Amino acid sequence: MTKLPRRSFALLSAPLLVAFAGAASLAADAGPVALLNVSYDPTRELYREINDAFAKKYQAEHGRGVSVKQSHAASGSQARAVIDGLDADVVTLAVWPDVEAVAKSGLVRPDWQNRYDNQSVPYHSVVVFVVRKGNPKGIKDWPDLVKGDVSIITPNPKTSGNGKYSFLAAWGSVVTGGGSEEDAQAFVAELYKRTPVLDTGARAATATFSQKGLGDVHITFESEAHLEVDEAGGELEIVYPKKSIRVDPPIAVVDKNVDKKGTRHAAEAYLGFLYSPEGRAIIAKHHYRPWGENPPTPAAGEAWPAIETYTIDAVGGWPSATKKFFGEGGVFDSIYQPGR
Amino acid sequence: MNHPTSDTIAIAGSSAFATGPRRAASAARRRHAAVLPGFGASAAITSLVVLSLIVFPLAVLILRAASLGPAGFLEAAWTPRSRAAYAVSLSASLLAAATSSLLGLLVAWVLARIEFPGRRLLDALVDVPLALPTAVAGLVYSALYVKKGWLGQWLVPLGIQGAYSYLGIVLVLVFVSLPFAIRVVQPVIESLDRDTEEAARILGASRMQTFLRVVLPAILPAVVTGFALSLARALGEYGSVVFISGNMPFKTEIAPVLIVARLEEFAYAEATTVAVLLLAMSIALLVVVNSLQQRLARNAQ
Repeated sequence: MTKLPRRSFALLSAPLLVAFAGAASLAADAGPVALLNVSYDPTRELYREINDAFAKKYQAEHGRGVSVKQSHAASGSQARAVIDGLDADVVTLAVWPDVEAVAKSGLVRPDWQNRYDNQSVPYHSVVVFVVRKGNPKGIKDWPDLVKGDVSIITPNPKTSGNGKYSFLAAWGSVVTGGGSEEDAQAFVAELYKRTPVLDTGARAATATFSQKGLGDVHITFESEAHLEVDEAGGELEIVYPKKSIRVDPPIAVVDKNVDKKGTRHAAEAYLGFLYSPEGRAIIAKHHYRPWGENPPTPAAGEAWPAIETYTIDAVGGWPSATKKFFGEGGVFDSIYQPGR
Repeated sequence: MNHPTSDTIAIAGSSAFATGPRRAASAARRRHAAVLPGFGASAAITSLVVLSLIVFPLAVLILRAASLGPAGFLEAAWTPRSRAAYAVSLSASLLAAATSSLLGLLVAWVLARIEFPGRRLLDALVDVPLALPTAVAGLVYSALYVKKGWLGQWLVPLGIQGAYSYLGIVLVLVFVSLPFAIRVVQPVIESLDRDTEEAARILGASRMQTFLRVVLPAILPAVVTGFALSLARALGEYGSVVFISGNMPFKTEIAPVLIVARLEEFAYAEATTVAVLLLAMSIALLVVVNSLQQRLARNAQ
């Protein structure tokens, strides 16, 4: 091979660069809009279906293709990734503090909660129990969790959104029933004493309960419970406690990123789609409860099981709850003492 | 004698598989560095790599942690819970490195000295833990050792909890660190002069004496190097441990889990304090092991 003089590299690469730049700008004009939806762990299946349906609808209405890419991981680390520069057009995260953290970094306008209906929460879920076939320990409601030798599986609330909601649901079950803070503290302390494993994420806890057979009851989201029970082929069943916490995963357009990329129109339409009849039907199919009047059901003739719910406000709202319960030296930490 | 012991060990483990002659060659190269062409370029590349891959990230880590001031640093990094987590991380890593060194010596001896069918397959299998995502190892081990698992159904009734326990942590750490212990010792055993051993035997030494007086001094520095690399590997492990440890505070919670917990609160600086302290302890530990290794190497020569 003959050696090219060094300068020829520059000469060769210059037209290439121009060609690349040209292709890129062409693509931006005519090709499909590329959106990135940064979401949390268990929504993979939901958004895969949403994305396909939305792309078809957007193409039909605006004559332009959209391709939505999704990214899934623990909600908190996803928020960090966006803050640290992941080019998300929209965030659909598990808990309010995570979207708020992105907003605080200046990427999302502070009024994000008022930009979509229901404070930008298009669907909700509830915290329920999954038990073994036939419910051998007779678990029907929250107090049953600390009876006899019942053993409980739930992820670590310090590292998992699912775990946070389980903790808050348990706490709320006491304080909304007229119990005092001390009663609630005693209840959660007893509950976590019966928790032999603190997995770091929701899916790991699901595996611990369903695959490895640990524990008598798994506390988790309704949507995740359905996935788990469907997978288990009749070995598991869902139990609805009398009342439970409402899980409200919020959404937001990442303003800074969409303005930079020129994708605002598609990004806003994408989130709006979650409130459309078509979007709501898909959401319901995946066992998330769509917001609004007459919500569609998971399947024809299948009603949503009735359950009385309380919200995060029953336990003090997010900013204070996060600090009080899960902060360093908070209530959760106080459950664990050396040597116990 | 010419084996890979006079060099200092590399924490990152890149030199783990350097064999005796290669290390000797690199030492020779250093002595006559200027004679070789391209020294300037390679020195520039080396310092760029070291700076960008190691020094800068470490500097950022330390700066972030330092932003809290000494009192804030201690408050964040030195709580009863974090002390328990450091103890779990360090002790489990030491135990695993010691186990790996012993097992590694045995396996290396078998691979280097004994010819048997399937030896090459075994030789290839040794590297599997390096290639396998460690989260997979954690999941598989915990599935094996729970009460319903293949091994757990026999072990749990005997009171041996291999999953969601301290023992589980040590098990996966041995798994991830064993290749280092084997691969460092194996070439040294291969390069041992068998004549010396035979001479010792002919001169009347027993088999045990031959091993203790002739073989062991020659390979011990390499065993200690393997120990140090295994230790470094074990200290940095996260993926497999979180799946098998159960993460119970004060019992089986490792320091990296605390870091993740603090990050969930968006407490970046506090999270890095735990990392910095763990790093400092790890480096101190490695320096001790390293100096021991150097002393052994000098004695061997």
